[in-house]
Parts: sequence; structure tokens; C-alpha cells
Amino acid sequence: MRILVDLIRCQSYGQCIYAAPSVFRFNGEQSLEFDYAPDDALRDQVERAVAACPVQAIRIGLPDATPTEERRADARGKA
Amino acid sequence: MSRSMAAANDGRIVIVGASLAGLRAAEALRLEGFTGSLTLIGDELYPPYDRPPLSKTVLSGWLPVEHTTLPRFVDIDAEWRLGVPATGLDLGGRRVRLADGQEVEFDRLLITTGTRARQWPNADEAALDGVFTVRTRDDAARLRERLAAAPARVLIVGGGFIGSEVASVCRELGLPVTLIERSGVPLDNALGATAGGAAARMQRHYGVDLRTGVTVMAMEGDGRLRRAHLSDGDVLDVDVAVVALGAVRNTEWLRGAGLAADARGVVCDASCRVFSAEGVVLDDVFVAGDVARWPHPLFEGQLIAVEHWDNAVNQAAVAAHNMVRPPSERRAHKALPAFWSNQFGLNIKSVGLPSIADELVVTQGSPPELRFVAVYGGAGRIVAAVAVNAPLWLDYYQALIAARAPFPPPFDAADAPVEPIIRPAGFPPRGHATHSPTAVATGPGPTSPVPLEQPQLRPAAPTVAELQDPRVPPRPHPL
Repeated sequence: MRILVDLIRCQSYGQCIYAAPSVFRFNGEQSLEFDYAPDDALRDQVERAVAACPVQAIRIGLPDATPTEERRADARGKA
Repeated sequence: MSRSMAAANDGRIVIVGASLAGLRAAEALRLEGFTGSLTLIGDELYPPYDRPPLSKTVLSGWLPVEHTTLPRFVDIDAEWRLGVPATGLDLGGRRVRLADGQEVEFDRLLITTGTRARQWPNADEAALDGVFTVRTRDDAARLRERLAAAPARVLIVGGGFIGSEVASVCRELGLPVTLIERSGVPLDNALGATAGGAAARMQRHYGVDLRTGVTVMAMEGDGRLRRAHLSDGDVLDVDVAVVALGAVRNTEWLRGAGLAADARGVVCDASCRVFSAEGVVLDDVFVAGDVARWPHPLFEGQLIAVEHWDNAVNQAAVAAHNMVRPPSERRAHKALPAFWSNQFGLNIKSVGLPSIADELVVTQGSPPELRFVAVYGGAGRIVAAVAVNAPLWLDYYQALIAARAPFPPPFDAADAPVEPIIRPAGFPPRGHATHSPTAVATGPGPTSPVPLEQPQLRPAAPTVAELQDPRVPPRPHPL
């Protein structure tokens, strides 16, 4: 799954870190860091994080239906 | 209903630039009801990815670089032309020319070509193994690999946000790092000398060998980078150098196209419509993101250019809206510039345009305790606020900036300093810092474009062109 945190909106409440500690973390006291592509097995945790965010800064992307063209481009890029 | 109105949600829209602004614009176009054909053209092979982690969690090794792909929130049903840069625009023929010789026809065009990293000026030295920039996914992956191999010393050229963030990651990894900045302090262009002084103390506290008031004159190696020669005569043994001089706007492909575009960006009005070179607003060519220059209602008399994540998202949404709505429903792009940076365990957030300020005052918290808000004043009103480890206070100041509230603001917060001290903001003369600013007033417009061969921010200032060479040593302060 792919997610995005709007770090302009984020006010470092840290509720997401309690909900999904392997996806979100603080570097220092207030600097939120996150994994843009958590494992699908963590979906429940991430959904709890989305719901817990006081400023609604976390969004979950559409299921990873990456268009064929992009998958090809990705493969070319890795080659 | 006119033909153009009927066609607003139909036809062919081409977006040149397939990064954050281009992707968000494409999504916004579909949400606005655009049902025509949509083509995204990008010079990189990858689908759009997010750049902020490239200088932070990707370099530290916490985030695999392939995880930075941006999520999709809307099925944009677009044709993607990735890995092929646009090389020209035929405005009359409504065609974009691509590097592979193909042409893509459009009815409406959105330009989101953004910026690229400014390279080290000596091409032979820049080509040495071990010399890096940090702008693309590939840049970050290569630099990460080199940092993971525990180099003896990392040299960073330029003390802007990217340079400072990379220095922070190096210290996090336990790597010796030397940062070279021509100005007196890091972050000088972004936050001014007073706040930059605090950043300097922070860097030194965490073990960065920070050298200000000097430049790197030359890099030396035998295929691999070995040494760097400084303007003060010092010679550093280094095996990795990160060139962090700021960004260059990707406007070369528009040369001769008849748009008001030059090294400072592509000029548009508040609705993101691009001006022709003759000063005519074009109804079918739009621009958004890092490459745009536009008039902001709060910073009158100046076109601003903003290289922030937030601006790319907001301006893309406004451009997309205006591309498919009738003229009476057009919106102005007037969101305040806002950015954030994480470095040395600190969260730095800014709103407004600090670089046009003359003075600043700490209104809440305490700099020694590393939790405070500094408010910036220019021409008697509040023009920006910077929060360090205090993000939840910024909304209040954002409202004051938008309301053009007088400076200094009231000191009525519970944690306001007992005796507020107004200090000079201390921004350097333009071109003095090694790093370029990420949000900047770029002069009035629309204007006749400056020839791309002579990129100058302010043609009237004779020192600027010279100082754009990062090797030029510092001289006595011209002010």
C-alpha cells in the first residue's frame, strides 16, 4: 500500500506513531518520518493512524494499480 | 455556450513535467470533470516520486528509495511518456517536441518542468567519482550507497536546506562531515543571519566541521575524488562531496517558444496562465510548481518563485481548476508559501516569505531551549513566521500574515518572552550565499525575458553574476 503524510499540515501530535510504530516515527522530538509504502499486512494499523490524526494529514493511496506503462518504465529504470 | 466552454472538459491536455505538481494537476483535472485525453511527459524513467525524503530518510538508509513513489488518489487514466524530455514547444502548431523526435499535440498545455540541481561549475571536477548532487531518486540511491560504505570524510558545498539536511544525516550515521558556506552562517538565504546563527551552533554541537566565509576553489582526484582546495588555503582529504548549491529552473526547452520564460522561471498571472514574451496572457498555456513566477497578492510589486512541496501541490490544483472552468470561475493562487525541514533532530517550519523581511522577533518559546517561534517583519507588517519544534503554533501566525497584521505582533502568548528583542533578520545580499534561496521575490513582471545565456537574478547588481560561481571567495560585506 502507498500512503502520504502532508507534513505542512502535520503538527507532530504523534498519534500515528502509537497506531503504527513501524510505519511512523519521530526523529528527535517533533520531526515525523514515515514509510510511503508500508506492507499490506499493516493496513489495519495504518487505517487506525489515519483515523487518529488530529489534523487529518495522512492519506492512503488507491490500491497499487500502477498503470502498465509506468511498470515498464520502472523496470527500465532498474535495469 | 461558446465552443471553448463546451470543450472545457474535453480535448487534449498535455502536462510537461511528471513529478509532484504534474501528478497532482492530473488528478485535479479528473476531479474537476475533465474527460478528454491526458498525457504526462517526464524526463525521468520513474513514475512520480516524492523528493523530500531523498535528503533525509533515504540517505540515512531507513527508507528504501523505491518506497518514495507517490500514492495515487485518483485514477487519472493518462498516457505516460516517461524517460523522454521535452525539447521544444511549437506554440502556433500546438505541439510539444520530445528528445526522441516525436511530437505530442495539445489543445491546452500545463508546464510543470520544475528545477534540477545546480551542478559544480567545473565539469571535469563534477565528473569525479564521489561528487554528488541530491535531486533525483538515482542521485539519492547512489549517494546512499556511498555513505553506507563509511567514507572517511564527506564534504558538503553549500549550507542551504539540502546541504544542512545531508550534514545532519551524515552525523546521524557517525560520518565525519565538513560543510563549506560562503555566507557567514548556514541557511542564510532561507532564514537570515540571526536564525542561521542558531543553525550554525546546532551544526557544531552535533559535530559538523562547519566552515563559513570560505569557498571550495577546486576538487582534485585521479578519477576518484581525493581532495578539496579551499579559498583560505586549506586542503581537505575527502572521498565524497555533495554539491548543494540550489536549483536551476528547467526552462531551456522553452527557448524561442514565445513565452515569458527565462532562467528565473515561467511568468504567469495569479490564475497560472502563462504570459507570452510580448506580455499577452495565454488562455491555453498554464504553469505550476517550482518553475512558475507569479504575482502573489501579499507580496505586491514582485513576482515570486517558490520551490516548496506545498506550493507544487496547491498551485497545481489552482491551475487544473482554471484550465477547465469558465473565466468567471477562475481562482487566484494565493496560498502562502510554507515549508518544513528536519535536521539535527529539529523540526523547522516556515510560513510566508522570510527573505523579504528586515527584522525578526521571538514571540514564543526560547531559542536556547530549542522550541520557539520567530516572527519576521518587513515594511512594518508581518511577512513570515518560522517555528522550531513548535509546529502547532504556526496556524495563528499564518492568519496574521494573511491579514497583513502590523509588526511586531502582540506578545500575549503564555510563553512569550518577558522582554521581546527585535533583531535584524540579516538576509545576505542576493547571490552572496553559496546556496540559492528556495522561495524568492524575483522582481516585477511581466517583463521581457532575460536571455537564457545570461541568467541573472537582478541584472542591475554587478556582483551577482560573478557570485553565481560558487568558487568566488567571500569579500567584505557590500552593505
